[in-house]
Amino acid sequence: MAWTRNVLRVNLTELSCKKEPLNMEWASQYLGQRGLASKYLVEEIDPKVEPLSPDNILIMATGPLTGTMASTAGRYSVITKSPLTGAIACSNSGGFIGMEFKNAGWDMIIFEGKAPYPVYLYLENDQPELLPADEIWGKTAWATDEWLHNQHQDPLLRIATIGRSAEKGCLFAAVINDLHRAAGRSGVGTVMASKNLKAVAVRGTKGVGNIKDPAAFMKAVNEGKKVLAENAVTGQGLPTYGTQVLMNVINEVGAMPTRNMREVQFEGAEKISGEAMHEPRPTDGKPNLVTNAGCFACTIACGRISTIDKGHFSIQHKPQYFGASGGLEYESAWAFGSDTGVDDLDALTYVNFLCNEDGMDPITLGSTIAAAMEMFEQGDLTLADTGGLELKFGSAKALVEIVELTARGEGFGKEIGLGSKRLCEKYGRPELSMTVKGQEFPAYDPRGIQGMGLAYATSNRGACHLRGYTVSSEIMGIPEKTDPLATEGKAELVKAFQDVTAAVDSSGLCVFSTFAWSMSDIAPQIAAACGDEWTMDTLLEAGERIWNLERKFNMDAGLTGADDTLPKRLLKEAAKTGPAAGRVNDLHKMLPEYYQLRGWSEEGIPTPETLNRFGI
Amino acid sequence: MLKSLQIEPEKCTGCLQCELACSYHHEGIFNPSKSRIKVFTFHQEGRFAPYTCTQCTEAWCLHTCPVEAIVINDATGAKEVIADRCVGCKVCTISCPFGTVNYNVDSGVVDKCDLCGGDPECATACPTAAITYVDAEHTGLARMQAHAAQSIKDL
Repeated sequence: MAWTRNVLRVNLTELSCKKEPLNMEWASQYLGQRGLASKYLVEEIDPKVEPLSPDNILIMATGPLTGTMASTAGRYSVITKSPLTGAIACSNSGGFIGMEFKNAGWDMIIFEGKAPYPVYLYLENDQPELLPADEIWGKTAWATDEWLHNQHQDPLLRIATIGRSAEKGCLFAAVINDLHRAAGRSGVGTVMASKNLKAVAVRGTKGVGNIKDPAAFMKAVNEGKKVLAENAVTGQGLPTYGTQVLMNVINEVGAMPTRNMREVQFEGAEKISGEAMHEPRPTDGKPNLVTNAGCFACTIACGRISTIDKGHFSIQHKPQYFGASGGLEYESAWAFGSDTGVDDLDALTYVNFLCNEDGMDPITLGSTIAAAMEMFEQGDLTLADTGGLELKFGSAKALVEIVELTARGEGFGKEIGLGSKRLCEKYGRPELSMTVKGQEFPAYDPRGIQGMGLAYATSNRGACHLRGYTVSSEIMGIPEKTDPLATEGKAELVKAFQDVTAAVDSSGLCVFSTFAWSMSDIAPQIAAACGDEWTMDTLLEAGERIWNLERKFNMDAGLTGADDTLPKRLLKEAAKTGPAAGRVNDLHKMLPEYYQLRGWSEEGIPTPETLNRFGI
Repeated sequence: MLKSLQIEPEKCTGCLQCELACSYHHEGIFNPSKSRIKVFTFHQEGRFAPYTCTQCTEAWCLHTCPVEAIVINDATGAKEVIADRCVGCKVCTISCPFGTVNYNVDSGVVDKCDLCGGDPECATACPTAAITYVDAEHTGLARMQAHAAQSIKDL
């Protein structure tokens, strides 16, 4: 129930499309989206496959609740093997395209092989067509979106597309949908480009039904909406300030990674915060923020819609950026702001626009620029290397220029496009790459929030805050407050967050709902839609099963327990200021216990008993 | 008391809960393409605007219908389509100046807002009160009050 039970299989090599039934046995174990598509990936590819070869596959997947009226039920994910990390990649996005896939009658689309020439998938309900993309290959995501709407004379088309960065081989290219939502991390857009697949344009008019118990579903949905509305985070903080509500909070607790994580507090945080986005600009009297915006069905509406000061140096002669578009999230504000030492809100908003326009992950891009800035400062990178660019911490001009170059895949931007791991290795300073498994850290310094160190080290897609967001507990006290500087109990906490998140991701709901919703709010919605076998217990079991499946894929791909670590800087160099001053991340105190709780060997390998327990 | 839908676009976040509630009420399925209310996104302006039938007093759709398939619900003032009577000629879709009557390919008849019989689901579903159902004679009340508040501010 709630699934459409249809999978569209697109063989790009042969330019053919085929409808097949969703494997409901797998769905009963892996629910949908992240979990179910990961199962398909594991079953269909050799884990050692070269990520950018035609033998990799790319899956766009919805969850059973995607497209329903459940609040936040608009999510879809892109699942593949990552060219950035070599691990499993699953990048989740909101906006509206997820529900459009469902309305067109599909739970997921599997792309195999590589098209002989650039193509895009045009999907009107059950009529898929692969059409030549030569007129949009080389165009930005925004220009592609416009071209497709014009080409098909259909303003209601929903579009997911790559920008130029992906085509130029940037290893952290995103898939952009609805102009400013992104399946952002791990280079899923790069894989799409490697398949000569430019875009997916979809229009669905069938509706989303098959709800097992409609009356119970509507009751659970309405109760869930009420909980979100009455909660301080989802009812007030997020709609008012977006994720940027965190900028000042995290800075105060001394967990704001600053200047390539050399420091843990940023003196300019206030100037780039969610609060600052509400302040009228001195020049035109308008605030950066135009409005908040909701993704499909979302009653939280944390999205930011912003404008840049028309007189700002970044867009002075570029009227195409005068209008409103997706504004800064906390992650992009941090990565381009405190991590590069830039406190210019307009510059940050501009480079964030560019990330949407050309499909780049702002976390990896900002962090890679920060690493380059540190190498430049220390003389490892010279003006000759950067093409004359003065890559200094705090320089908004340098930031703007290097992001423009990376978007186009030109000059030193081509090297930034490799991500910090490869860049720092190339210039002899591998220790300056702030990554786990080759993927850059998000905006929480694990010296000030100990549990996040373990969450990063063990995340199945490399450093990531969305695989186990213990910040919820350690800073915000959700569901209960734990001491961010303590390591005791964090192994259990991390595991619990990882399992819940895997289940929520697989349902089609947004993980941000869990600031207010516990599993007792979520389970009744899934049960009413999908069947009574989905209880809090079976959902958590599915979450743990998904985690182990992803882990096994990574082990089979060649990763080992030795990859569950953090850069030396976070393990050896103590935080200099704030509540965590003098602390490093004590990963070694948490990791063995975590392995034990997971039922993995001391080397971090899932034991046969554990795999058996989950039927893996 | 006769009531009207009141729409305040500045409060809208573009989430489409209204479209989902509308389609679920009328079609039993979540389907924005079959919703009688539509939310429009003005990306460059960063604005969202829900739009639906205003239930004209002298309704063009009603007057042009050759088979009298659009009738007034006296209790709500809604102009409702009698599906069994509608022949799908689409003249009403042409005569409506606002585009809020539309042909449904699946049913072969036209769809328009019927105020859900007096309890509009879109207004109930809206999380930000961008759509409310208020006294038909006082749809301007909130705005009047806001301006009145402004006028006493400097006293």
